[in-house]
Amino acid sequence: MIEIDRVTKRYGERLVVDRLSLTIPAGGFCVLLGSSGSGKSTTLRMVNRLTAIDSGSIRVGGEDVRGVPAEVLRRRIGYAIQSIGLFPHWTVEDNIATVPRLLRWPQPRMRDRVAELLELLRLDPETYRRKYPHQLSGGEQQRVGVARALAADPELLLMDEPFGAVDPITRDALQGELLRIYRATAKTIVFVTHDIEEALRLATQIAILHEGRIAQYGSPLEILERPANDFVSEFVSRQGLGLKLLSVRRIADRMRAGETADGKPLLVDTALRDALSVMITRRTERLPVCDADGRHLGVITLADLVR
Amino acid sequence: MNGLDLMASRPARALRIAIHNQVLFTLLIVASAAVASSGFVSIAPNRLVSGTPLPLWEAAGGLPSLGIAILGSMLLSACCIAPSRALHYAAAASAALLLLLALIAAGHAATALVVNAKPGSRISFGASFWLLAGCASLALADAMQRLAAGIGARLVLAIAIVSAVLWLAITGTFDALSIAREYETRRQVFTGALLQHMALVGASVGGAVVIGFPLGIAVARRPRLQGPVFAFLNLLQTIPSIALFGLLIVPLSALVAAAPWLAAFGIAGIGVTPAIIALVLYALLPVVRNTSAGLTGVDRAAIEAGRGMGLSRGQIFWQLELPLASPVLLAGLRIVIVQAIGLAVVAALIGAGGLGTFVFEGLGQYAVDLVLLGALPAIFLALGADFLLQLAAALLRRRFAT
Repeated sequence: MIEIDRVTKRYGERLVVDRLSLTIPAGGFCVLLGSSGSGKSTTLRMVNRLTAIDSGSIRVGGEDVRGVPAEVLRRRIGYAIQSIGLFPHWTVEDNIATVPRLLRWPQPRMRDRVAELLELLRLDPETYRRKYPHQLSGGEQQRVGVARALAADPELLLMDEPFGAVDPITRDALQGELLRIYRATAKTIVFVTHDIEEALRLATQIAILHEGRIAQYGSPLEILERPANDFVSEFVSRQGLGLKLLSVRRIADRMRAGETADGKPLLVDTALRDALSVMITRRTERLPVCDADGRHLGVITLADLVR
Repeated sequence: MNGLDLMASRPARALRIAIHNQVLFTLLIVASAAVASSGFVSIAPNRLVSGTPLPLWEAAGGLPSLGIAILGSMLLSACCIAPSRALHYAAAASAALLLLLALIAAGHAATALVVNAKPGSRISFGASFWLLAGCASLALADAMQRLAAGIGARLVLAIAIVSAVLWLAITGTFDALSIAREYETRRQVFTGALLQHMALVGASVGGAVVIGFPLGIAVARRPRLQGPVFAFLNLLQTIPSIALFGLLIVPLSALVAAAPWLAAFGIAGIGVTPAIIALVLYALLPVVRNTSAGLTGVDRAAIEAGRGMGLSRGQIFWQLELPLASPVLLAGLRIVIVQAIGLAVVAALIGAGGLGTFVFEGLGQYAVDLVLLGALPAIFLALGADFLLQLAAALLRRRFAT
């Protein structure tokens, strides 16, 4: 659990973070969402003390982050950034093993961990281990960056717009990988982005920041359905609020159990937005729904989407 | 690209000769003109008067002249053949042989001439020897460039040529040439002067690194220092070296007069002390500039990521900044060493010794060969140091491929 308690940061005259309080439950995926200058990156960087806290406090797992030396704290927290910052003179293996080496893990354990992480990020260990960063594509580099952040198996992962610089197709794939890893490892993730679609796809909680304060904090659905103020409603509805709502709701929310329809069934946890897309391409208003094992559950209709 | 086409004959079926390698072609024209118009060696009755130039064929005789002509025409035909790796190898081999043959021809010419010459007469390299050897070296460098030869191949070539020349020298090929005579009479002091020269360079480069490296780090960390520090170091560079050597004599003499115990450490107004101080001052700018440029050029994202993962300041410096800046640091070291080898020649003026002793002695006696005895080793020292540091830089690049 991360408790951010009335934290303030100024740069000279400028108040960047203004008495901001936020509690992120253990195992949560919290996205700090806001436009540039909203204080989201600064807030994130105060958690691992890359930026000094002016006043207020931050506790991780009940312990004040200023109670331990900064280097010790940072080695316990995974960190990934947009510019990746792989060390160009080290191999992929050495890059990933950065924190384990700082923690003086024995050599065999580091080797095994690197192989495990490369596989987790769907990079073949034997192909990639010995490569240098400049031999990798942008997407592969960011995969290595994420693997490096995960190397010492931290309970908390801080990510500062990690997929901001990759192309849309790679970003989509990386978001998928991150969700899969998140679900498989039960880590707490704090993720900074200005991309609302990315936030809606990844987050269990979204904190919308505006001028150094929290404009609203809640689940993606709450933010879309009940914006707390004009700023949030303006921010989330900037483009296509309806489609955003469809993207955070699942078929399970609207399914008609027991009924039947023709065609290839959709999985019950498919987003409604994807269901709409399938209806349009198949030119039908009714689609069958099944569970992960392929058992028929019911149908979803076009009318259900707009209910 | 075909370069320029020479029309051998104008009529309908023109024979077109394309010059593919214009660099080599130009070098051959220069070398041929030099050989045709100036002396290959010159002979003088004593070391004070200027000599009579003798052309290649007269001085070296038929066989070496024929060999040089054959190698020259092989290179000429290489200009006109479409480029390929095999051709560049052949050109490199011909150029290397041409260089060695020029040396052998000059040595044999001198040996032949000395038999009938009066004792005390001087036989030196002539203008066409220098131009021929220079053009052959450039042709060799051009061929290596076109081959995109790696540092390993260059190393092998350099070792081969240096050992061939050394072997020629040891077997007495050059003994009759006046530069060897000058060496012979100064044999006792030559090695000492060479070592003294290297010691001057080593001490001043070492001193410049000890002072300049921390200064460069400070400048990289605090950009506000940049203006004043570089203004001062640039100012130092503008002082002519002879003037700086001279200017240091006065304060140093005053210092030793005020604190005589300093003399016990070998500190004096003239000699090695002012020489090393001046060489250090000149070397500071490249050291500081390259240190600061190397460190500020390191990818900020890598440092930021390192900090975020819990590397300490020292770990960031030693494990990230220093290795990533090392190619630029090494380039700075290269500039400084080559510069110091040249400047240390001038230091002989204030009694610091070194190879400059021969240069100034030779200038005073109007004995060009004695000047060469100081200048040539300094040139080869600089070339050798430059080559070794390039080798180190290439090895680093391979390690930290970026």
